[in-house]
Amino acid sequence: MTRYLLRKVLIYFVTFWVAVTIDWAIPRFMPGDPVDGLLARMQAQPAAAEHLSGYYTQAFGFDVPLWQQYLNFWAALFHGDLGLSIANFPTPVTDLIWGALPYTLALLVPAILLSFWAGNKVGALAARRKMLDNTVLPVGYVLTATPQMWLAIILAWLFATTYAIFPVTGAYSLALQPDWSLEFARSFLHHWVLPFLALFLVAFGGWAIGMRNMIIYELEADYSNYLASLGAPTKLVRKYAYRNALLPQITGLALALGAVVAGAIVVEIVFAYPGLGTLTLNAIENRDYFLMQGIFLFLIVGVLIANFVIDIAYVVIDPRTRIGMQGGA
Amino acid sequence: MSVSERGDVEIGGRVQPATVEASAPITATGTPLAPPAVAHRSEFLYFAFRNRKFVAGLAVVTFMLALALVGPYLADHKPLEFSGPTDQPPSTEYWFGTTSFGQDVFAQFVYGLRAAFLVGALGGGIAWLLGAGIGFTAGYRGGWVDDVLNMITNVVLVIPTLAILIIVAAYLNVHSYATEAVLIGLTSWPWAARAVRAQTFSLKTREFVDIARLSGRRTRQIIATEIAPNMSSYLLMMFILLFGGAILIGASLDFLGLGPATSVSLGLMMHNAFLASAMLLGFWWWFVPPGVGIIAIVGGLYVMNVGLDDVFNPKLREL
Repeated sequence: MTRYLLRKVLIYFVTFWVAVTIDWAIPRFMPGDPVDGLLARMQAQPAAAEHLSGYYTQAFGFDVPLWQQYLNFWAALFHGDLGLSIANFPTPVTDLIWGALPYTLALLVPAILLSFWAGNKVGALAARRKMLDNTVLPVGYVLTATPQMWLAIILAWLFATTYAIFPVTGAYSLALQPDWSLEFARSFLHHWVLPFLALFLVAFGGWAIGMRNMIIYELEADYSNYLASLGAPTKLVRKYAYRNALLPQITGLALALGAVVAGAIVVEIVFAYPGLGTLTLNAIENRDYFLMQGIFLFLIVGVLIANFVIDIAYVVIDPRTRIGMQGGA
Repeated sequence: MSVSERGDVEIGGRVQPATVEASAPITATGTPLAPPAVAHRSEFLYFAFRNRKFVAGLAVVTFMLALALVGPYLADHKPLEFSGPTDQPPSTEYWFGTTSFGQDVFAQFVYGLRAAFLVGALGGGIAWLLGAGIGFTAGYRGGWVDDVLNMITNVVLVIPTLAILIIVAAYLNVHSYATEAVLIGLTSWPWAARAVRAQTFSLKTREFVDIARLSGRRTRQIIATEIAPNMSSYLLMMFILLFGGAILIGASLDFLGLGPATSVSLGLMMHNAFLASAMLLGFWWWFVPPGVGIIAIVGGLYVMNVGLDDVFNPKLREL
């Protein structure tokens, strides 16, 4: 078990190092001078351009050798310094990200967990049951093939514009300030439903299909047939099949994280939900590169942490990893 | 093959079991109905076209492809031309209505389909080449080559594709769909590499590979003539999944405004519709078609893939 986890942690550290290096290298090794490029695209006023040019050169640290730039980058990173936002000058990038992070997590965590739970349950129910299978399978395939932003737009159009059941923008009513009051909680929930649904439904389809396929496979395995031939009730056989089918699904969960994060970014944009996705769009529109790079790092770290949590969950669930027979993936 | 007797394959790190459809003639008895003398290719076609899922998926994808090829000749207007009245619902003149700028939505849609197929084919193709190449090399060579390639694969696998594409695309200023497709291809290969590696691992210890090695053939030749043909079904299905995935990622990038700005794509249509608040104003004809187009292509590909699973598995059982 320790070896299994240590290997994983090593991969995560290497990944983090690669991600930081990419983050550092992209503005420096892309064709053209990044500072000129940035200023040209921002079409800044001459006076502002001069000011910004100075700021950028200093902030990128272009005046020292490359290796020193690299070390400085890491040093700043460990001080929690990701630079200042251009769009919201002079707010530090980290402040903006910390402010947006809770909203993204409030969408992502329930969407990931609930879709995984519900998708697996429904997929397991559908397998080998003709009527249910014939509905779950096509619906599942349509859902997994749906771009999340499109589903978000359709939901907003149907349930916010056509039938004004849910609000269409923001995470809470603009008349309120974020606090711990009941009124705010109600407003927050009201705004949360549609973006959550857009993320939930797409992921749900994928899990339902995956589990449906996995459980058919397990139900045909020798142990299932043996159990059934001993006269065990179908329910018990299915229960064992479900447990075994869940393992590859958990591996799949780690692999699907990137896609869910991508989905959250575009869905937040549709609903102007004040999380990392909307912040990303701001960064793109304002060519706010430090903000973009900061969000990139946060997303990577988030995905790495989630991966690690899944690895630990795998060790807890699958005894084989504990006695060192084989790893999860 | 390491494919079990039932022919379950491991794709994307998880086992995708054979889906068995009772109504398909091929799986009813498990033995192919065609005479063994029939050539390999026609045998495959024989079973493929008797599989309802494969045929349905193929029909949808072919229809969309035909629309992408022929559509631009049916459209009376250029996709970006400010040709007519604004915000018109579908009519005989404008089949899919017009945008807030008076552009023909149908023209945008069919040109957007072309971009989707281009990004899918090129991006999926590059990812396929990388995935297969790295998978074959890692699996066949083993040792330190495998260790290094496996580490690279795992690292790229964990990094969220869109996150890295966002910062690369932002600095690079993507001008064409080809660039976008290359970027997508370069980041979406890891699961394919993993799957091919696992398959190659189990194939390389087989006797026919040993014989090929003893006969002094070169590694590249052995991979091309002994290993790859034995997982051709696998490689085909991998390409289909990568194709669909590339289209979805491309649409997200375009929606974020990171694709070619002065062009037409399904993602960009959604981007523009969203910017013009089409969903608040109820201009459904503007934003419904691009999503339906993507679902039709990608969903069609996925269903085709499931059908292929049914088609290939009985054959795998024969091996």
